[in-house]
Amino acid sequence: MSSTPGDFYQRDRDWHPPALVPAYKSSVTRSPNLPLLSLENSLSEVTGPTFGHKDIGPVDHDLLLNYATQGDPIGERIILHGRILDENARPVPETLIEIWQANAGGRYRHRNDSYLAPIDPNFGGCGRTLTDQNGYYHFRTVKPGAYPWRNSINNWRPAHIHFSVFGTAFAQRLVTQMYFEGDPLIDKCPIATSMPDPNALDQLIAPLDMNAAIPLDCLAYRFDIILRGRRSTLFENRLEGN
Amino acid sequence: MSRTLDHRKETPSQTAGPYVHIGLAPGAAGFDIYSAELGQEIAGPDAPGESIRVEGCVYDGTGAPVKDVLIEVWQADAAGIYPHPEDPRHAMVARGFRGWGRVISDFDSGEWAFDTIKPGKVPGRSGSVQAPHINLWIVARGINVGLNTRLYFSDEVRANADDPVLNLIEQRHRRDTLIARRHDREGTPVYRFDICLQGEDETVFLDI
Repeated sequence: MSSTPGDFYQRDRDWHPPALVPAYKSSVTRSPNLPLLSLENSLSEVTGPTFGHKDIGPVDHDLLLNYATQGDPIGERIILHGRILDENARPVPETLIEIWQANAGGRYRHRNDSYLAPIDPNFGGCGRTLTDQNGYYHFRTVKPGAYPWRNSINNWRPAHIHFSVFGTAFAQRLVTQMYFEGDPLIDKCPIATSMPDPNALDQLIAPLDMNAAIPLDCLAYRFDIILRGRRSTLFENRLEGN
Repeated sequence: MSRTLDHRKETPSQTAGPYVHIGLAPGAAGFDIYSAELGQEIAGPDAPGESIRVEGCVYDGTGAPVKDVLIEVWQADAAGIYPHPEDPRHAMVARGFRGWGRVISDFDSGEWAFDTIKPGKVPGRSGSVQAPHINLWIVARGINVGLNTRLYFSDEVRANADDPVLNLIEQRHRRDTLIARRHDREGTPVYRFDICLQGEDETVFLDI
Protein backbone atom coordinates (compact mmCIF):
# COMPACT_ATOMS: atom_id res chain seq x y z
CA MET A 1 0.00 0.00 0.00
CA SER A 2 1.39 3.38 -0.88
CA SER A 3 1.32 6.24 1.52
CA THR A 4 0.35 9.49 -0.07
CA PRO A 5 0.93 12.92 1.38
CA GLY A 6 -2.01 14.04 3.47
CA ASP A 7 -3.10 17.23 5.12
CA PHE A 8 -0.63 19.73 6.44
CA TYR A 9 -0.23 19.92 10.18
CA GLN A 10 -2.30 22.69 11.60
CA ARG A 11 -0.30 25.90 11.91
CA ASP A 12 0.55 26.48 15.58
CA ARG A 13 -0.77 30.02 15.89
CA ASP A 14 0.63 30.30 19.43
CA TRP A 15 4.14 29.86 18.06
CA HIS A 16 3.73 32.69 15.56
CA PRO A 17 3.24 36.31 16.56
CA PRO A 18 -0.40 37.19 17.24
CA ALA A 19 -2.01 39.52 14.71
CA LEU A 20 -2.22 42.27 17.32
CA VAL A 21 1.05 43.22 18.99
CA PRO A 22 0.32 46.60 20.66
CA ALA A 23 4.01 47.47 21.00
CA TYR A 24 4.29 47.16 17.22
CA LYS A 25 1.98 50.04 16.48
CA SER A 26 1.33 49.32 12.80
CA SER A 27 -0.34 46.06 13.80
CA VAL A 28 -3.04 47.80 15.82
CA THR A 29 -5.19 48.86 12.87
CA ARG A 30 -4.04 46.09 10.53
CA SER A 31 -4.90 43.05 12.66
CA PRO A 32 -8.15 41.17 12.15
CA ASN A 33 -10.25 41.06 15.32
CA LEU A 34 -12.41 38.10 14.42
CA PRO A 35 -11.26 34.50 14.54
CA LEU A 36 -9.80 32.97 11.39
CA LEU A 37 -12.04 30.44 9.68
CA SER A 38 -10.27 27.07 9.95
CA LEU A 39 -10.28 25.00 6.76
CA GLU A 40 -9.38 21.43 6.10
CA ASN A 41 -6.96 21.33 3.19
CA SER A 42 -8.38 21.08 -0.30
CA LEU A 43 -6.62 21.09 -3.63
CA SER A 44 -6.50 24.89 -3.37
CA GLU A 45 -4.24 24.73 -0.32
CA VAL A 46 -2.03 21.68 -1.03
CA THR A 47 -1.03 23.01 -4.44
CA GLY A 48 1.03 26.14 -5.05
CA PRO A 49 3.25 27.80 -7.61
CA THR A 50 6.35 26.01 -8.81
CA PHE A 51 9.57 27.63 -9.97
CA GLY A 52 12.52 26.48 -12.02
CA HIS A 53 15.99 27.63 -12.97
CA LYS A 54 14.62 29.46 -15.99
CA ASP A 55 12.82 31.83 -13.62
CA ILE A 56 16.00 33.22 -12.10
CA GLY A 57 19.36 34.50 -13.28
CA PRO A 58 22.81 33.04 -12.58
CA VAL A 59 23.92 35.74 -10.09
CA ASP A 60 20.57 36.51 -8.50
CA HIS A 61 21.77 34.82 -5.29
CA ASP A 62 24.97 36.87 -5.07
CA LEU A 63 24.16 40.30 -3.65
CA LEU A 64 27.84 41.24 -3.84
CA LEU A 65 27.56 41.00 -7.62
CA ASN A 66 23.95 41.31 -8.69
CA TYR A 67 23.76 45.11 -8.62
CA ALA A 68 27.44 46.10 -8.61
CA THR A 69 28.69 48.20 -11.49
CA GLN A 70 31.70 50.17 -10.21
CA GLY A 71 33.03 47.85 -7.50
CA ASP A 72 32.02 45.80 -4.49
CA PRO A 73 29.32 46.91 -2.07
CA ILE A 74 30.49 48.48 1.20
CA GLY A 75 30.19 46.32 4.30
CA GLU A 76 31.02 43.09 6.03
CA ARG A 77 30.99 40.30 3.48
CA ILE A 78 28.98 37.28 4.57
CA ILE A 79 27.71 33.96 3.31
CA LEU A 80 24.19 33.16 4.36
CA HIS A 81 23.34 29.50 4.08
CA GLY A 82 21.15 26.76 5.44
CA ARG A 83 18.44 24.29 4.62
CA ILE A 84 14.71 24.41 4.11
CA LEU A 85 13.12 21.48 5.91
CA ASP A 86 9.58 20.65 6.91
CA GLU A 87 8.36 19.84 10.41
CA ASN A 88 9.19 16.18 9.75
CA ALA A 89 12.80 17.25 8.98
CA ARG A 90 12.36 16.36 5.31
CA PRO A 91 14.28 18.62 2.93
CA VAL A 92 12.21 20.88 0.68
CA PRO A 93 13.99 20.73 -2.70
CA GLU A 94 13.83 23.24 -5.53
CA THR A 95 11.81 25.78 -3.70
CA LEU A 96 12.17 29.50 -4.28
CA ILE A 97 13.76 31.68 -1.60
CA GLU A 98 13.80 35.44 -1.96
CA ILE A 99 15.58 37.80 0.42
CA TRP A 100 15.74 41.56 0.87
CA GLN A 101 17.67 43.77 3.22
CA ALA A 102 19.10 47.19 4.00
CA ASN A 103 22.69 47.97 3.04
CA ALA A 104 25.59 48.07 5.50
CA GLY A 105 24.54 51.55 6.61
CA GLY A 106 20.96 50.51 7.33
CA ARG A 107 19.43 52.14 4.24
CA TYR A 108 16.98 50.41 1.93
CA ARG A 109 16.93 50.96 -1.79
CA HIS A 110 13.26 51.88 -1.79
CA ARG A 111 11.47 54.99 -2.95
CA ASN A 112 9.75 55.26 0.45
CA ASP A 113 12.92 55.01 2.60
CA SER A 114 14.39 58.40 3.47
CA TYR A 115 16.81 57.43 6.28
CA LEU A 116 19.89 59.65 6.18
CA ALA A 117 22.38 56.80 5.70
CA PRO A 118 23.46 56.76 2.05
CA ILE A 119 22.38 54.44 -0.72
CA ASP A 120 25.25 52.18 -1.82
CA PRO A 121 25.55 52.49 -5.61
CA ASN A 122 26.80 48.91 -5.84
CA PHE A 123 24.19 47.28 -3.68
CA GLY A 124 20.60 46.49 -4.65
CA GLY A 125 19.55 44.59 -1.55
CA CYS A 126 17.62 41.67 -2.92
CA GLY A 127 18.43 38.14 -4.03
CA ARG A 128 16.74 34.90 -4.92
CA THR A 129 17.66 31.27 -5.36
CA LEU A 130 16.24 27.75 -5.46
CA THR A 131 17.12 25.11 -2.87
CA ASP A 132 18.99 22.11 -4.19
CA GLN A 133 17.82 18.49 -4.01
CA ASN A 134 18.72 18.36 -0.31
CA GLY A 135 16.99 21.61 0.55
CA TYR A 136 20.27 23.58 0.77
CA TYR A 137 20.61 27.18 -0.28
CA HIS A 138 23.22 29.89 -0.04
CA PHE A 139 23.50 33.60 -0.67
CA ARG A 140 26.44 35.98 -0.57
CA THR A 141 25.81 39.48 0.69
CA VAL A 142 26.91 42.17 3.16
CA LYS A 143 25.70 42.27 6.73
CA PRO A 144 22.91 44.87 6.90
CA GLY A 145 23.09 47.77 9.33
CA ALA A 146 20.64 48.57 12.10
CA TYR A 147 18.32 51.49 11.41
CA PRO A 148 15.80 53.65 13.25
CA TRP A 149 12.08 53.37 12.55
CA ARG A 150 9.05 55.32 13.60
CA ASN A 151 7.29 53.31 16.25
CA SER A 152 8.40 54.62 19.59
CA ILE A 153 10.71 57.56 18.98
CA ASN A 154 13.93 55.66 19.71
CA ASN A 155 13.18 52.27 18.17
CA TRP A 156 15.94 50.66 16.11
CA ARG A 157 15.56 47.53 14.07
CA PRO A 158 18.27 44.97 14.77
CA ALA A 159 20.25 43.96 11.69
CA HIS A 160 17.98 41.59 9.80
CA ILE A 161 17.35 39.97 6.46
CA HIS A 162 13.82 39.36 5.18
CA PHE A 163 13.09 35.89 3.80
CA SER A 164 10.22 34.78 1.58
CA VAL A 165 9.76 31.02 1.11
CA PHE A 166 7.20 29.03 -0.89
CA GLY A 167 7.52 25.32 -0.12
CA THR A 168 5.39 23.04 -2.27
CA ALA A 169 1.96 24.33 -1.32
CA PHE A 170 0.14 27.61 -0.80
CA ALA A 171 -0.44 26.40 2.78
CA GLN A 172 3.34 26.60 3.41
CA ARG A 173 3.84 30.17 2.22
CA LEU A 174 5.96 32.06 4.72
CA VAL A 175 7.72 35.38 5.14
CA THR A 176 10.00 35.93 8.07
CA GLN A 177 13.10 37.80 9.19
CA MET A 178 16.50 36.48 10.16
CA TYR A 179 18.55 38.12 12.90
CA PHE A 180 22.26 37.84 13.72
CA GLU A 181 23.61 36.06 16.79
CA GLY A 182 24.75 38.41 19.52
CA ASP A 183 22.93 41.55 18.37
CA PRO A 184 21.89 43.50 21.51
CA LEU A 185 19.06 45.21 19.60
CA ILE A 186 17.13 41.97 19.09
CA ASP A 187 15.66 41.90 22.59
CA LYS A 188 14.64 45.55 22.32
CA CYS A 189 12.71 45.12 19.08
CA PRO A 190 8.91 44.81 19.31
CA ILE A 191 8.82 42.93 16.00
CA ALA A 192 11.53 40.41 16.87
CA THR A 193 9.97 39.81 20.28
CA SER A 194 6.41 39.55 19.01
CA MET A 195 6.19 35.77 19.54
CA PRO A 196 4.79 34.81 22.95
CA ASP A 197 7.23 31.90 23.41
CA PRO A 198 10.86 33.13 23.65
CA ASN A 199 12.06 29.86 22.12
CA ALA A 200 10.37 30.91 18.89
CA LEU A 201 12.72 33.89 18.59
CA ASP A 202 15.74 31.56 18.87
CA GLN A 203 14.59 30.02 15.61
CA LEU A 204 15.05 33.39 13.88
CA ILE A 205 18.58 34.08 15.13
CA ALA A 206 21.28 32.80 12.81
CA PRO A 207 24.46 31.65 14.52
CA LEU A 208 27.87 32.63 13.25
CA ASP A 209 29.21 29.62 11.32
CA MET A 210 32.99 29.78 11.29
CA ASN A 211 33.26 26.48 9.42
CA ALA A 212 31.42 27.97 6.47
CA ALA A 213 33.41 31.22 6.56
CA ILE A 214 36.01 31.66 3.85
CA PRO A 215 39.32 32.63 5.50
CA LEU A 216 40.56 36.10 4.49
CA ASP A 217 37.35 36.65 2.50
CA CYS A 218 33.99 36.46 4.30
CA LEU A 219 32.19 35.31 7.43
CA ALA A 220 29.17 33.02 7.38
CA TYR A 221 25.84 32.69 9.17
CA ARG A 222 23.62 29.63 9.17
CA PHE A 223 19.84 29.92 8.91
CA ASP A 224 17.64 26.85 8.61
CA ILE A 225 13.96 27.39 7.88
CA ILE A 226 11.22 24.98 8.85
CA LEU A 227 8.02 24.90 6.81
CA ARG A 228 4.80 23.14 7.77
CA GLY A 229 4.95 19.37 7.56
CA ARG A 230 2.14 17.07 6.56
CA ARG A 231 0.72 13.77 7.52
CA SER A 232 1.71 10.69 5.60
CA THR A 233 -0.71 8.02 6.58
CA LEU A 234 -2.51 4.96 5.41
CA PHE A 235 -5.73 6.24 6.94
CA GLU A 236 -6.06 9.59 5.28
CA ASN A 237 -9.34 11.28 4.47
CA ARG A 238 -9.41 11.85 0.77
CA LEU A 239 -8.52 15.38 -0.21
CA GLU A 240 -10.66 15.25 -3.32
CA GLY A 241 -13.10 13.00 -5.06
CA ASN A 242 -12.56 9.99 -7.35
CA MET B 1 7.85 11.52 32.42
CA SER B 2 6.55 11.32 28.89
CA ARG B 3 8.87 11.26 25.89
CA THR B 4 8.76 14.26 23.62
CA LEU B 5 7.99 13.98 19.94
CA ASP B 6 10.71 15.02 17.55
CA HIS B 7 8.69 17.23 15.24
CA ARG B 8 10.34 20.53 14.38
CA LYS B 9 8.45 23.75 14.88
CA GLU B 10 7.55 25.86 11.88
CA THR B 11 9.78 28.93 11.60
CA PRO B 12 7.78 31.82 13.06
CA SER B 13 6.46 34.42 10.67
CA GLN B 14 7.53 38.05 10.80
CA THR B 15 5.98 41.00 9.06
CA ALA B 16 7.04 41.59 5.47
CA GLY B 17 7.49 45.25 6.45
CA PRO B 18 7.11 48.38 4.37
CA TYR B 19 9.90 47.50 1.95
CA VAL B 20 8.64 44.09 0.82
CA HIS B 21 8.79 45.38 -2.76
CA ILE B 22 12.60 45.32 -2.74
CA GLY B 23 12.55 41.58 -2.46
CA LEU B 24 9.39 40.61 -4.28
CA ALA B 25 8.76 43.46 -6.73
CA PRO B 26 11.95 45.54 -7.02
CA GLY B 27 10.61 47.52 -9.97
CA ALA B 28 7.99 49.00 -7.67
CA ALA B 29 10.66 49.79 -5.07
CA GLY B 30 12.28 51.91 -7.77
CA PHE B 31 15.08 49.89 -9.31
CA ASP B 32 15.78 47.42 -12.04
CA ILE B 33 17.79 44.37 -11.03
CA TYR B 34 16.34 41.09 -12.33
CA SER B 35 16.00 40.09 -15.95
CA ALA B 36 12.41 39.10 -15.19
CA GLU B 37 10.28 39.81 -12.15
CA LEU B 38 8.15 36.94 -10.99
CA GLY B 39 4.38 36.86 -10.83
CA GLN B 40 3.67 39.43 -13.54
CA GLU B 41 1.49 37.17 -15.65
CA ILE B 42 -1.04 34.86 -14.04
CA ALA B 43 -2.80 33.14 -16.91
CA GLY B 44 -0.47 33.60 -19.88
CA PRO B 45 -1.57 34.62 -23.39
CA ASP B 46 -2.80 31.19 -24.54
CA ALA B 47 -5.01 30.11 -21.66
CA PRO B 48 -8.64 29.62 -22.71
CA GLY B 49 -11.42 31.11 -20.62
CA GLU B 50 -13.01 34.41 -19.83
CA SER B 51 -10.55 37.28 -19.49
CA ILE B 52 -11.32 39.26 -16.39
CA ARG B 53 -9.90 42.12 -14.37
CA VAL B 54 -10.01 42.18 -10.58
CA GLU B 55 -9.70 45.48 -8.76
CA GLY B 56 -9.77 46.36 -5.12
CA CYS B 57 -8.31 48.07 -2.13
CA VAL B 58 -7.28 46.87 1.32
CA TYR B 59 -8.55 49.00 4.20
CA ASP B 60 -7.25 49.19 7.75
CA GLY B 61 -9.37 49.38 10.89
CA THR B 62 -9.81 53.15 10.55
CA GLY B 63 -11.10 52.81 6.99
CA ALA B 64 -7.90 54.14 5.43
CA PRO B 65 -6.43 52.38 2.37
CA VAL B 66 -3.37 50.23 3.02
CA LYS B 67 -0.90 51.63 0.51
CA ASP B 68 2.00 49.22 1.01
CA VAL B 69 0.26 45.88 0.63
CA LEU B 70 1.45 42.97 -1.48
CA ILE B 71 -1.02 40.28 -2.48
CA GLU B 72 -0.25 36.92 -4.01
CA VAL B 73 -2.83 35.20 -6.14
CA TRP B 74 -3.17 31.44 -6.65
CA GLN B 75 -5.89 30.00 -8.85
CA ALA B 76 -6.91 27.16 -11.11
CA ASP B 77 -7.40 27.53 -14.86
CA ALA B 78 -10.79 27.81 -16.58
CA ALA B 79 -11.23 24.04 -16.33
CA GLY B 80 -10.52 24.09 -12.60
CA ILE B 81 -7.05 22.58 -12.89
CA TYR B 82 -4.06 23.73 -10.84
CA PRO B 83 -0.63 23.65 -12.50
CA HIS B 84 0.83 21.53 -9.71
CA PRO B 85 1.73 17.84 -9.55
CA GLU B 86 -0.75 17.15 -6.77
CA ASP B 87 -3.68 18.05 -8.98
CA PRO B 88 -4.57 14.69 -10.57
CA ARG B 89 -5.44 16.52 -13.80
CA HIS B 90 -2.40 18.80 -13.87
CA ALA B 91 -1.11 17.35 -17.15
CA MET B 92 -4.19 18.87 -18.81
CA VAL B 93 -3.70 22.38 -17.47
CA ALA B 94 -3.96 25.18 -20.04
CA ARG B 95 -0.73 25.81 -21.93
CA GLY B 96 1.40 28.52 -20.37
CA PHE B 97 -0.96 28.87 -17.41
CA ARG B 98 0.91 29.75 -14.23
CA GLY B 99 -1.95 30.39 -11.84
CA TRP B 100 0.19 32.56 -9.59
CA GLY B 101 0.84 36.25 -9.53
CA ARG B 102 1.90 39.19 -7.43
CA VAL B 103 -0.14 42.33 -7.06
CA ILE B 104 0.91 45.50 -5.29
CA SER B 105 -1.13 48.49 -4.33
CA ASP B 106 -0.54 51.96 -5.71
CA PHE B 107 1.62 53.85 -3.20
CA ASP B 108 -0.64 56.91 -3.39
CA SER B 109 -4.15 55.48 -3.55
CA GLY B 110 -3.87 51.92 -2.24
CA GLU B 111 -5.79 50.64 -5.27
CA TRP B 112 -4.62 47.41 -6.90
CA ALA B 113 -5.70 45.37 -9.92
CA PHE B 114 -4.78 42.27 -11.84
CA ASP B 115 -5.78 40.62 -15.10
CA THR B 116 -6.41 36.92 -15.36
CA ILE B 117 -8.75 34.21 -16.59
CA LYS B 118 -11.79 33.34 -14.53
CA PRO B 119 -11.09 30.01 -12.84
CA GLY B 120 -13.38 27.00 -13.08
CA LYS B 121 -14.89 24.95 -10.29
CA VAL B 122 -12.31 22.99 -8.31
CA PRO B 123 -12.76 19.60 -6.63
CA GLY B 124 -13.28 19.83 -2.88
CA ARG B 125 -12.79 17.17 -0.25
CA SER B 126 -14.52 13.82 -0.47
CA GLY B 127 -16.31 14.44 -3.74
CA SER B 128 -17.57 17.94 -3.05
CA VAL B 129 -17.22 20.76 -5.56
CA GLN B 130 -15.85 24.21 -4.75
CA ALA B 131 -17.21 27.26 -6.50
CA PRO B 132 -14.75 29.13 -8.73
CA HIS B 133 -12.42 31.09 -6.50
CA ILE B 134 -9.04 32.77 -6.33
CA ASN B 135 -6.83 32.18 -3.29
CA LEU B 136 -5.18 35.30 -1.88
CA TRP B 137 -2.28 35.78 0.50
CA ILE B 138 -1.81 39.28 1.90
CA VAL B 139 1.30 40.75 3.50
CA ALA B 140 2.22 44.28 4.57
CA ARG B 141 3.77 46.30 7.34
CA GLY B 142 1.74 45.62 10.47
CA ILE B 143 0.60 42.16 9.31
CA ASN B 144 2.56 39.69 11.42
CA VAL B 145 1.43 36.49 9.72
CA GLY B 146 0.37 36.59 6.06
CA LEU B 147 -3.42 36.63 5.77
CA ASN B 148 -5.18 34.04 3.63
CA THR B 149 -8.56 34.62 2.10
CA ARG B 150 -10.53 33.67 -1.01
CA LEU B 151 -12.22 35.68 -3.72
CA TYR B 152 -15.49 34.28 -5.11
CA PHE B 153 -17.53 35.68 -8.01
CA SER B 154 -20.92 37.41 -7.74
CA ASP B 155 -22.18 35.81 -10.96
CA GLU B 156 -21.73 32.28 -9.58
CA VAL B 157 -24.80 32.36 -7.36
CA ARG B 158 -25.61 28.64 -7.60
CA ALA B 159 -22.06 27.44 -7.17
CA ASN B 160 -21.44 29.85 -4.29
CA ALA B 161 -24.56 28.57 -2.52
CA ASP B 162 -23.12 25.05 -2.61
CA ASP B 163 -19.53 25.98 -1.81
CA PRO B 164 -18.22 24.03 1.20
CA VAL B 165 -16.01 26.89 2.40
CA LEU B 166 -18.58 29.70 2.10
CA ASN B 167 -21.03 27.45 3.92
CA LEU B 168 -18.65 27.14 6.86
CA ILE B 169 -19.07 30.85 7.60
CA GLU B 170 -21.56 30.96 10.44
CA GLN B 171 -22.71 34.56 10.00
CA ARG B 172 -24.34 34.54 6.57
CA HIS B 173 -23.78 38.22 5.94
CA ARG B 174 -20.04 37.72 6.33
CA ARG B 175 -20.02 35.40 3.31
CA ASP B 176 -20.49 38.52 1.22
CA THR B 177 -17.04 39.73 2.27
CA LEU B 178 -15.57 37.02 0.01
CA ILE B 179 -17.65 37.81 -3.06
CA ALA B 180 -16.27 40.09 -5.75
CA ARG B 181 -18.95 42.20 -7.50
CA ARG B 182 -19.07 42.03 -11.26
CA HIS B 183 -19.64 44.89 -13.61
CA ASP B 184 -18.69 45.42 -17.21
CA ARG B 185 -16.32 48.09 -18.44
CA GLU B 186 -16.11 48.50 -22.19
CA GLY B 187 -16.87 44.84 -22.71
CA THR B 188 -14.41 43.52 -20.14
CA PRO B 189 -15.77 42.00 -16.96
CA VAL B 190 -14.36 43.76 -13.92
CA TYR B 191 -14.75 42.38 -10.42
CA ARG B 192 -14.45 44.67 -7.40
CA PHE B 193 -13.00 43.08 -4.28
CA ASP B 194 -12.29 45.28 -1.27
CA ILE B 195 -10.65 43.75 1.77
CA CYS B 196 -11.19 45.09 5.29
CA LEU B 197 -8.52 44.06 7.77
CA GLN B 198 -10.74 44.85 10.75
CA GLY B 199 -13.92 46.67 11.69
CA GLU B 200 -17.59 46.22 10.92
CA ASP B 201 -16.99 44.77 7.46
CA GLU B 202 -13.94 42.69 8.39
CA THR B 203 -13.17 40.21 5.62
CA VAL B 204 -13.29 36.54 6.51
CA PHE B 205 -9.68 35.38 6.78
CA LEU B 206 -8.77 31.73 6.68
CA ASP B 207 -6.54 29.44 8.69
CA ILE B 208 -5.57 27.06 5.92
